Order: sequence, then structure tokens, then C-alpha cells
Amino acid sequence: MRSDVTGYELTAPESLQAVLARIASEPGRHALLAGGTELMVALNTGRLGSRSLVSIQHLRELRFIRVTADAVHIGATTTFTDIRRHEAVARELPLLVQAASWTGSIANQNRGTLGGNVCNASPAADTPPALLAYDASATLLSVRGERTVPYSEFHLGYKKTAMELDEILYYVTVPRRYESWRQYIRKVGTRNAQAISKTALASVALIRGNEIEDIRIGAASLADRPLRCVGAENALRGRSLKAEALENSVRVGRAALAQEAKPIDDIRSTAMFRSAVAANLLEEFLRQLSS
Amino acid sequence: MRQHDNIVGTSPLRKEGRAKVLGQAQYVDDLSLPEMWHGATVRSSIARGHIRAIRFSPDVDWSEFAVVRASDIPGENTIVHLTKDHPCLAAHEVNHPEEPILLLAHREKAALLAGISGVQIEYDELPGVFTVEESEQAVANNDVDRIIWEGSEYGGTANCFKRYVLYSGAAKETEDGLAAAFEAADYIVEGEYHTGAQEQLYIEPNGVIAECEKDDKGKVTAVCVRGSMQCPYYLVHALTLVFNLPEEECRVIQTETGGAFGGKEDFPSVIGSHAALLAMKCGHPVKMVYDRAEDMAATTKRHPSRTRHRTAVSKDGRLLGCEIEIALDGGAYATLSPVVLSRATIHAPGPYKWPFVRVRAKAMATNLPPHGAFRGFGAPQSLFALERQMDRVARAVGLPPEELRRRNFLATGDRTSTGQLLSEPVDMHHLLEKALDESDYYAKMARFAEENKGSAIKRGIGIAAFMHGSGFTGSGERRLNSVVSVELLEDGRPQILVSSTEFGQGTNTILCQVAAQTLQIPYEQVVVAQPDTHQVPNSGPTVASRTAMIVGKLVERASTHLLDTLRVETGLAANHTPEQFTMAALEYLKVHGSLRCSVRYEPVRPVEWNDELFHGDAYPAYAWAVYVAEVAVDLNTYSATVTRFDALQEVGKIMHPVLAKGQIEGGVAQGIGYALYEKCVWKDGRMMNNQMTNYIMPTSADLPEIHVHFEEVPCAHGPAGAKGIGELPMDGPAPAILNAIENATGLSFDTIPLLPEDIFEKVNGFTSRGHGGSDELDPDRSGEFLPEVNA
Amino acid sequence: MRATVQFTVNGEERRLDVPPMKRLLDVIREDLHLTGTKEGCGEGECGACAVLMDRELVNSCLIPALQANGANLCTIEGVSTGDRLHPIQQCFLEKGGAQCGICTPGMILATHHLLDKHPMPTLEEIQEGLAGNLCRCTGYMRIFEAVQKAAEAQHAI
Repeated sequence: MRSDVTGYELTAPESLQAVLARIASEPGRHALLAGGTELMVALNTGRLGSRSLVSIQHLRELRFIRVTADAVHIGATTTFTDIRRHEAVARELPLLVQAASWTGSIANQNRGTLGGNVCNASPAADTPPALLAYDASATLLSVRGERTVPYSEFHLGYKKTAMELDEILYYVTVPRRYESWRQYIRKVGTRNAQAISKTALASVALIRGNEIEDIRIGAASLADRPLRCVGAENALRGRSLKAEALENSVRVGRAALAQEAKPIDDIRSTAMFRSAVAANLLEEFLRQLSS
Repeated sequence: MRQHDNIVGTSPLRKEGRAKVLGQAQYVDDLSLPEMWHGATVRSSIARGHIRAIRFSPDVDWSEFAVVRASDIPGENTIVHLTKDHPCLAAHEVNHPEEPILLLAHREKAALLAGISGVQIEYDELPGVFTVEESEQAVANNDVDRIIWEGSEYGGTANCFKRYVLYSGAAKETEDGLAAAFEAADYIVEGEYHTGAQEQLYIEPNGVIAECEKDDKGKVTAVCVRGSMQCPYYLVHALTLVFNLPEEECRVIQTETGGAFGGKEDFPSVIGSHAALLAMKCGHPVKMVYDRAEDMAATTKRHPSRTRHRTAVSKDGRLLGCEIEIALDGGAYATLSPVVLSRATIHAPGPYKWPFVRVRAKAMATNLPPHGAFRGFGAPQSLFALERQMDRVARAVGLPPEELRRRNFLATGDRTSTGQLLSEPVDMHHLLEKALDESDYYAKMARFAEENKGSAIKRGIGIAAFMHGSGFTGSGERRLNSVVSVELLEDGRPQILVSSTEFGQGTNTILCQVAAQTLQIPYEQVVVAQPDTHQVPNSGPTVASRTAMIVGKLVERASTHLLDTLRVETGLAANHTPEQFTMAALEYLKVHGSLRCSVRYEPVRPVEWNDELFHGDAYPAYAWAVYVAEVAVDLNTYSATVTRFDALQEVGKIMHPVLAKGQIEGGVAQGIGYALYEKCVWKDGRMMNNQMTNYIMPTSADLPEIHVHFEEVPCAHGPAGAKGIGELPMDGPAPAILNAIENATGLSFDTIPLLPEDIFEKVNGFTSRGHGGSDELDPDRSGEFLPEVNA
Repeated sequence: MRATVQFTVNGEERRLDVPPMKRLLDVIREDLHLTGTKEGCGEGECGACAVLMDRELVNSCLIPALQANGANLCTIEGVSTGDRLHPIQQCFLEKGGAQCGICTPGMILATHHLLDKHPMPTLEEIQEGLAGNLCRCTGYMRIFEAVQKAAEAQHAI
């Protein structure tokens, strides 16, 4: 344990409004603490930079799953376990449920939140690939009101998001349009459970008559941020999956992905490995689509 | 028919099991002493250099701290094992990252953080040596700047802690025989094999609480250390030197220990001495418990190895001769390297009949934290190389791997490569057949060959055949001269007094079983004392798979002695009931006051061993094994998973079936980790992935069903015929797994740990570095743990 | 900075004055003197610190004291009833599920949680349920058998 806990402030304001007011009055000073599965590790390892923390874990207003006619809205402090247990989410957003199921252990899923995972903004995070593939949007909240950004525009750089200093993530919205889409997600980690991603790929594809009418692809650990693979999408949109055309479509998809992926060597894996595996995962999906 | 004839061989409840499942077992961090302070270590941030200056920040109130430096050590500044090259605290120079320089104690544990960051140390850095190859090169080039170790009173030469040569016969005769064998051979097969460091990763980190007594002149008169450890008397010895005290004034007590695996064999001498020094300085008991990151970065690991094989074989698959070269990376100080090297050397030729063998082995110095004991202790390294080499030889000759083994196994009446006569029954053929049968080897191999054709998942099956010597090498047991006592408690129950420690492997339980069976009383009636060196004799260290066989036998003898005494002195009947035993015990105590029976080690058979020539009876007994690994390699993700494991072994009498199974299963799990997951990522001698997030140990979701089968051939040395089993299961998994991967993919891998990145590199046809393999992991980028600014 | 936190531990109401960022693990061990819950890694990886919080399994090294305010906690000390072992504990004992014992409290709580959600778990569900509890000694086989036996024992009750 490498931090002196007496040197940290943690408060739990009674309401969402109180939280917003606090962070508006001192922008950038406070770190928001939800489930703690990231920030408490930083505390334990002596690397928690922020001395003042504001707990939002208790706020009912942020922990919800709401299903409307067009969309599923998931509050920022909804836990991975909440996501896994929700019948509608399992039906509508299977990729997100899968991602939640391999984010850490059961004990960490009981505490870890969608908002924490998204706002901590690690390129290796487990839920962003699914959210990118689903074309989600992120609604942000501050004393100045609400605004919604496409999730594809949320991650701006390494652990850098589109959020202003006085904003919190309120909820994530996923449109309910994927019932007839084919879906794929696979994570390659250092082991089968409780593993940080070496790479992961999530994708949804609308297939009409042996052709890819539309496709969305999200990936982890292929860039300094969760990557929406627009290049691969553009290359694959309209491509044929018929037996005689499949090899070419695969080749084109792989090449496009190789172009836009810029993974690194780090302590867990290598850039070349990540690129190769991500391309293999894309190929695996394309072959599944074809069969 | 006696009531209690069959306690050994049954599975009574673990002696301290109830406390463990209740959460009541007291590990060192659960304990507190009155007025206790906390201790921490200031460590070197460089691999090698001179300490130029130590500065204490003015922002810290140093009057609240006790500070210990090398100059405060009352006795010798050394952590003794076999030599005195290892300082207790660095005085003027450092030789590895994390080397202890200063110790701090404070009343409040949290204040130590500011203390540690308040010490600034300036160094004049010297070039470091970080691999065996660099160490060898320094010697070959006579590069004086990179000679990092000069030799000690124990022996050794520049950069080399120890060398051994093992010849299967007389040196000249063997050299001539080898030359002829290689001349005559139909095939000469060469291979080079590498194994990486491995962290023991006991779930309870190292920790101790130390107390110190001083006279009114401030001179230390006694020290007492309690804590997590395997060998209380090793720590006693270390303390006698550090404090210049006689043994009786250095008291060591083992607390409940949460896993050890060798990682708490020699290391407690370091942390125990440190805490005791702080207790001396501050005048309070001092607790020192490492956190996980410190434990991983600063304490011992398994020795990395490089083994080169050159094998002469005939076209009908008979082994004609072998030349084996072993190099171990010992880290910065000798510690136990000579002994690890010795075991590696003796196990290198494996369970085979070799007409001529030469093994040349050396342990090299590098600027890494000293490597130490880890279950297997040199044998996993050698046997990995050997069993991969045997598959290679089989392929060269055109024989299936199991057939090559069949044609060369040692058998009863044969002599090993050290000339030891195998007088007790050995039947490797039977073990092999049974292993092939249990694992459905042939059917699976055929099925996989078919199914692999259309699949991205390649499946395969592989074997490893091996043995493991129980007990200390050669005359080691005689030198240890272990003593065991059994005494009567006030209530008439017998209590076992040993320094052998429980750390999960079942010491308490099996020794109580032996005593109970010998005394013909229920298991529940026997007690074993907590190892406190003021109370228990030195039954030797809890290592080397010796506890069941050597110490168990001593418990049997001491119990027999006690029973005989009661029979003679109280007329206790031949087929006594437990109640009669108790009555006789109480009667004896009333008359005589106490009864304590002590026995000293005697070899069952004379043990002839020549340390210089590596010739004779290397171990009192061997356990023999054949393991079979089934794997699936996913060529989309390049990951290899073990899908089923069969572990068959002959280990003498099984004292406790549930415990024995647990030992094999646990050892196999560690072996799987050694082969496929547990990579230490180094940078300039420092372990950079010193967190559980980044040092990958298999979880319950990563391990296959492990099928365990025992054959029992009673051994004269052990109680009721028991042999050692603790380390055996570590030797087989890694080579069996890599043999299976070769069967699955056709790709030959000779380095462990084998990561998906390495499989990827080879699948794509690259054999040199620089193509995405695990040697390119970047230790500087651990991603998740960069400083947070705002979430 | 200190905060007052109130929670129930093993059925008993407690009220403490602690730094709000103090780890629940340390509150349990140091303030409540319940040392059955262990520290193995300080990163939420090993599960040795696992407790039940409002009937959900959590790693107490990752929970600040303030966030435990109002919670209902169960530690290993709360699993047995007086001197009587819980069936899970009995099964761990009989099947050799505990070797060195340091992972055992967390493992037993994880089992408790698993059987609460999946009374008759498949082997896969057991593996997943316990994947957050690292055991270095057993290789998990004896533990799986203990869990299966405990499931049957609880089912029979």
C-alpha cells in the first residue's frame, strides 16, 4: 500500500446537482470516484494524482438502465454486473454484455462501472469497442446543462476525452437497431479470465444478399485510444461475401485495418502481434458472415 | 488386527485446517505486539555502482524514525548461506536493483512512505551485466569493467559462482567413450534450451516481526523473530552472524505461512535480519511486511537457465552418449546457486541409460536480485531441456517420442549417470504404458491429426518422462544431522517437536499421521508444536522433498522409542487402546515428570557420495513419473491452452491421498504457468512487471482438468515406505506441453515461457528477433498505471 | 480529514471514525480487528481480500471506507455460526480445498456468493465464479470438488 490515506479527501455529495456544482467551482481539482476499480488501484500503487475525490457511486440518478422505443440508455454508474443481469440489455446489446463479462473478476464487475470504464479511457478498456461498434452516443452533464456527443468522437487521444473539466458522463445511449445485424466480439488477453486486453475487436454487420451493406468495427489496444476502424469499414462496405469474392474481401479488410491500426509494444504485448491478431479476428468475423 | 494400522494412507482432516477455513489462522500480518513499530527498506534504484552520498530530506522529521545503516550492524554485514558475499545492507556499493541500503522504522506504517521518498541516494554508476551471455562475454573478453563478482571463500572464479563436471565414469575413460560414441553414432542431435525466471508468487508476501533485548550498556543480548518462513534454523544461523550472538539467543518462531515454494527458504534470512536490526535501533518490536510490488521486485526467483545438448544416438534409437552444458543465472550474489546447480547437474541426464555422460555446469553472476530456491530447484530447468531434446532425438531417428523413451529407460538394477545402483524397483515402462492409456494418447493423436486439417485450432499431445531425487544430495542428510523429538504433554497427548514447517503442503498432518500410527492412537490425539527454535530441535530445512521421507522416518523412530519406553516403564499392553495409552502416559509423567524422546538421523543404507566427482548415491530415493499434456493452439490468436493433463508417478507409499493429489495438482498448475504464462519482464536488471496484473499466473479459468494417478513402490528410507513428492510435479509439465505444441503445430519451441507472441513470430516464419515476439515487450510501458490527472 | 461511517458487519452494527479513503480492507483488519480477510496484492487481482457487501462479492482493497457507509458486510468470521462450520467450510476441509489457507477466506466468500446466485453451478460457472480468487497451492481441483460438494450439501438442506 503506497499511499497515505490521510492525505486524501473523499466526499459523497447528496445529489447530482451538488456534485456538478462542486466540480464547476473547482474545475480539474476533483477526481470522480465511482466503483473504484481503477482509482483505488492507483491509490494502492501510490499513483493517485488527485488529492480530492468526489464519490458518485451512491447517486441513484446515475445508475439505471432505461429502454425506450429506439434506444437503451445506461447510466454512468451502472455496474458491469447490472449490465450482465439486465434481460433487455442481454437481448439488445449482446456485445456489451459479453464485454462486461470479461472485464475483471466477478468481484470487480460488481463494482466497476460503464462510466468509469469509458471515462478512464484506457485504449485497452473492455466496453469501448462494443460501444463504438454500436454507434453509441455519450450524454454529458454539467451545471451548464446536457450535451450529447457521438461516442466515436468521445476519445480524443491517450486517456483524453471530449469531456470538459466541469462535465461528468451522465449516460450512454445505444440505438435499438441491431436485431437483424450479425454481431461479433472477441477479446484476446493475457489469460482466460481477469486479463487486460492485448487486443479486442467488436463488430456489427448488416448483410443483404451475400453483401456487406453496412459494418461498424471497434477495437481495443490498436491505437492510443479505443479505435473506431473507419478505414476498414469503408473498405468493406459493399463488399461481397460470396465464396469466389470472399478471399478478396478478407484481404481488403485486413489491409485497411493494418493501415489505420497503430498499436505499440508495451509490457503486455507487441505491436506486430496486436496488428496480426486484430486482422485475424476481423477475418474470423468475415468468414462467419460468409458461411 | 490393530485399530490404527491404517492412519498413514488415509486422508484425515488437515491438522490446522479448521482454523484456516474459519479465517482464524494467524499469519504474521495478523499479529501485533505491544508498542510495535513498522519497518521499511530503502533500496538501490540502479543495478551496479558506488554509493556516493546519502541525503535525508529536511521535509521529514527524522527524529521520529529509527534509521539503520550497514555501519550499525553489530556482527558481520552478511547474509550467510554457503558464502559471505551477500551483504545484509549495502555499505559502499550496490550490485543489483532493489538492493537494500538503509532500513527505516516508525511508529506509524503510513509515515514510512514519506521516509522512503525522503532519502536521496547518489550513485556513481558502473556498467551492469544482465544475462548469462553478457556475464560470459565479460570473462571471455577480460572486460574488467564487467567482472561483477570476483570469487569467495567458497570457491568460484570471475563472474562464476560455481562449476561442476559430472562424468558417468572416470574422466578420461568417459571422454574417450564419448569421442567414440559420437564417431560411431548414426545421428548426432544438438539443441539449445532456455528457461526464464519464475516468481514463486505465494499469496502471502514475505513478513516478519522482530524483537530485540539489550543490556544496560545497549549491547544486544538476544533477538527473537517470528514470521513467514520455511526454515527457522536458517534464520537462526543468519542472526548469529549479524548480531554476533550464540544460537540460544537467536530465537525464531514460524507463524502460519501462506505459501512458500522455496521463496521463503533463504529470503527470510534477509528480512528477518533487517527487522531485528530495526528492533535493535528503535527499542521496539518491529513488523516488516512487504507489499506485493516490493516482494516481486526485490526477492528471489527461479534461476533462468540455458542448456545445450549434444546427443549421439544409433539408428535403432539407442542413446550412445551425451554432452550437456548448463548455465544458470544466479543474480548478484551466490546464495544457493551452487546447490541449485548441483541438482540441475544430477538431473540433467534424466531417467535414461546413458553409456557415456558428461555434464558441465556453471552458475554465472549477473546484476539481478539474487535468484534462489523455487520448487524443483534446478531440476525443472534441466528436465525441460532433456525432455525437449528427447523428442528432437526421436524425430531425427524417425521414432515416435514414446518409443525412443521405451528403448532407453533406466530399470531396476541399473546404475544412474552418477553410478547409483537402483536397488529399489523402478518400472518406467509400466508408468509410460499406463500414462499413454489413461490419456488415450494414440487415439487422440490420430484424431487430432485428422481434425487439425480443417481447423484454425490445432490440437496435440506430448509426454515427458522424468524422476526427482528426494532429500538432500549425497551426504547432505548426514551433514544436516536432523533431530526430531516426541514428548508427552501434561494431559498425556504426544507432541511432535520438529523445525519442519507447514506452509500448505501438509507437514503437520502427515507427521501426526506417522506418530499416531506408530503409537497406535487416533490421529486426533497427536499434536505438533509450532516451530519455535527455543522449543523444537533442528530437523533440517523444509525443502528438497525431504519432510515426508527423512523427517517422517525420524518421527516414526522417535514415536517408537516413546512407545517402547512406556511399554517397559508402565507395562503398557501390546494391543493397547487409546485410553490405555493415555493412562500409561499419565502414569509415567506422575513418576518421572516428563518424557521426551529424541532421535538423530541415521541413513537406512550407507550413502556413498563423492562431491568432487559427482559420483555415487546422489539421493536416498527417487520418485519417477510420466506426464502427458494435451494442448490446443489457436492460430488466430496464437494462444496455447492446456486442455487436459495426466500426471502419473511412482512416489512410494502415499501417506495422505487427498494431500498427495493436491500437491501434484498444485505443482502441475505452477508448471503450466512456468511453460505458458509467467514471464518476468526485465529492464536493466529490474523486474518491471512486478504486479499481479502484469505477471500472469493461471486462474481457475485457465487450467485444465488434472488427472492424477499414483503407483506405490515402498521405499526403505521413508516411514511406511514414503518418498518425497513436493517438487516432482514441477519437472514434467513444461516439456510435455512444448512437446504437445510441436505435435499440434509442427513448430519446435525451445524457450519458456512460451507466449502467444512467440508462437506468432514463428508461425510467420521468423526465427530471429525483431518480429513481434515476447523479447520485444516494452518494460517501460505498463499503460494502466500512469499518474492520474483527472478521470 | 475523517468521516463517520456506519455499517453492519457479520450482523453487528458498527460506527467508526476513519479517513474516508481508508481501504475497507484496512478498516476490517485494523479498526474491527477481523484479521480473517487478507491482503495478497493490493490491486484487486488476487481476491484474498474479498468480502460480501450487500450480498455481492467485492474486493475490499478497492473500496474506500466512505463508500461502505450503510452497507451490510459479511467477512469470513461471519460465515460460521459460533463453533459450527458452514457447509462450505466443512466441504473445503474435507476435500482438501485449503492448503496454505491464505486464499481460503476469500475463496469461501466467493463460493458463498456463487452458490447464492447459482445453487447448482456447472463446472464452468464454478470456474468463472472463482476466477477472481487466485490460489497458488492447489491448482483449483480440490477447490472445485469442495464447491460441488457444498452445492449438493446445501441443496440437501
